[in-house]
Amino acid sequence: MKLAMTMPEFVRSGVLFTVLCIMMTHSAVAEIPLAERRSGYDLLSRETRAMQDDDTANPGMLWVLDGETLWRAKDGTAEKACAECHGDARESMRGVAGRYPAFDPARGRPVTLEQRINICRSERQKAPPFAYESKDLLSLTAYVARQSRGMPIESAADERLKSFVDAGRALFTRRQGQLNLTCAQCHDDNWNQKLAGNSLTQAHPTGYPLYRLEWQTVGSLQRRVRNCLIGMRAEPYAYGSPEYVALETYLMWRARGLPVETPAVRP
Amino acid sequence: MARALLNVPAKAKRGEVIAIKTLISHEMETGFRHSTTGVPVPRNIITSFVVNYNKEEIFRAVLFPAIAANPFITFYTVATESGTIAFEWTGDNGFSATESATITVE
Amino acid sequence: MHGHDGRRSRRDILKAASALAAGCGAGVLVRPARATPASMQTAIRNVVSSATVKPGKVALDIPPLVENGSTVAVSVAVESPMTPTDYVKAIHIFTEKNPQPNVISIHLGPRAGRATVATRMRLVDTQKIVAIAELSDGSFWSDTVEVVITLGACLEEII
Repeated sequence: MKLAMTMPEFVRSGVLFTVLCIMMTHSAVAEIPLAERRSGYDLLSRETRAMQDDDTANPGMLWVLDGETLWRAKDGTAEKACAECHGDARESMRGVAGRYPAFDPARGRPVTLEQRINICRSERQKAPPFAYESKDLLSLTAYVARQSRGMPIESAADERLKSFVDAGRALFTRRQGQLNLTCAQCHDDNWNQKLAGNSLTQAHPTGYPLYRLEWQTVGSLQRRVRNCLIGMRAEPYAYGSPEYVALETYLMWRARGLPVETPAVRP
Repeated sequence: MARALLNVPAKAKRGEVIAIKTLISHEMETGFRHSTTGVPVPRNIITSFVVNYNKEEIFRAVLFPAIAANPFITFYTVATESGTIAFEWTGDNGFSATESATITVE
Repeated sequence: MHGHDGRRSRRDILKAASALAAGCGAGVLVRPARATPASMQTAIRNVVSSATVKPGKVALDIPPLVENGSTVAVSVAVESPMTPTDYVKAIHIFTEKNPQPNVISIHLGPRAGRATVATRMRLVDTQKIVAIAELSDGSFWSDTVEVVITLGACLEEII
């Protein structure tokens, strides 16, 4: 046990390789039964949980506060603030994050919350969209999603999203990258086992955008998935790719009923 | 100015020991990291945090790169009288941030 | 980072890939200079000069096993009545193996009411953490805790 704790990187990779060899022999994929689903919160240490639970100690709240400022700021050639159309976010945005990705009839496909915010910016505020992973987009998304904290995820209940949920599931269960792994092999079959010192979660995106201790900053689900893909030695898709949207749609369907935790804290 | 979150009780009894929690956004770049081409990333941290209660210093901290990003510091003070508690953070590259909170002591 | 034609060279991709081998962005190949137990002792001497530091009165609370060394909650509580004649003047935290031994130096007075402080720190590897309190009578007291780190801070390369 002591040796396992002080491994240098190359030994750590060796153990990872062994674990992966074992995992690679498993090709059966079983979805986690609904009653056994757990948020990553349940696998956190006591201290990290305390960080998430206290709004005055949660670093993610710094972004939420910045988001509140953006909500009220006029922007674009239309000189409009979000607040002018949407009023008090605490009422108008209540429950919204739990229903994203949402089907956009104009586009015939789902859009994520970040994409929805950017659509509003270009079409209503006549302002340039925020770049993916920019502080502004993360802050505003975190502020909007925060208004749904504690409410159950119910995205993908929409029938029109079914084909996208299926596409996301296909991505989740597809072997990819040099390690030839599927997302499901870790997150459906081996959750709660250790990977490089941290517990593998079931991969429910209940708290995005979240403060990741590894990043020392707030980041989006797309950033986290890219980290995973690079770790699997797979080519990550570009930000905003339809693959991420499909994957997020599937993951939110898979997480249905779990409460929104934004802004969550994770290791 | 950097965003800060304070937790200061709005009211307290005279003589009561109160907890004050502070959180400020700052990357706290250690100066020990390198880019992939081996170029060192320069240090950029908050170096000092001073708190005054009605202009009298009640807390002072010197911070080093080992303090995690978005520094979180909690301390205690005796609620002596109503007034203003002023917080000041200073650091590398002329970084400066101030916040204040009022407290009613009865 | 980019080759002549603007695309990433094979070497860069391999280096980046191996740097992320652990799947969590933690692996790097270049390690910065580390503090040693000797440099920690020097840093402590700079604070206490020739005084003897006695174990006791100080309680350093830090999780024995942390999820990520980049953000570790730590709190120090010192037994003291915190009266104008008997109080804690300062609390210092040191590490053994971080690139630099000092973590934070806190100055208090009798107005603190309670000599307890909390913060979040970075820990690069499994190591000892030492908290030292200076009392108003000039005495120094300490507590030491060994913390196990599975994912260290300070080593992540920027990609």
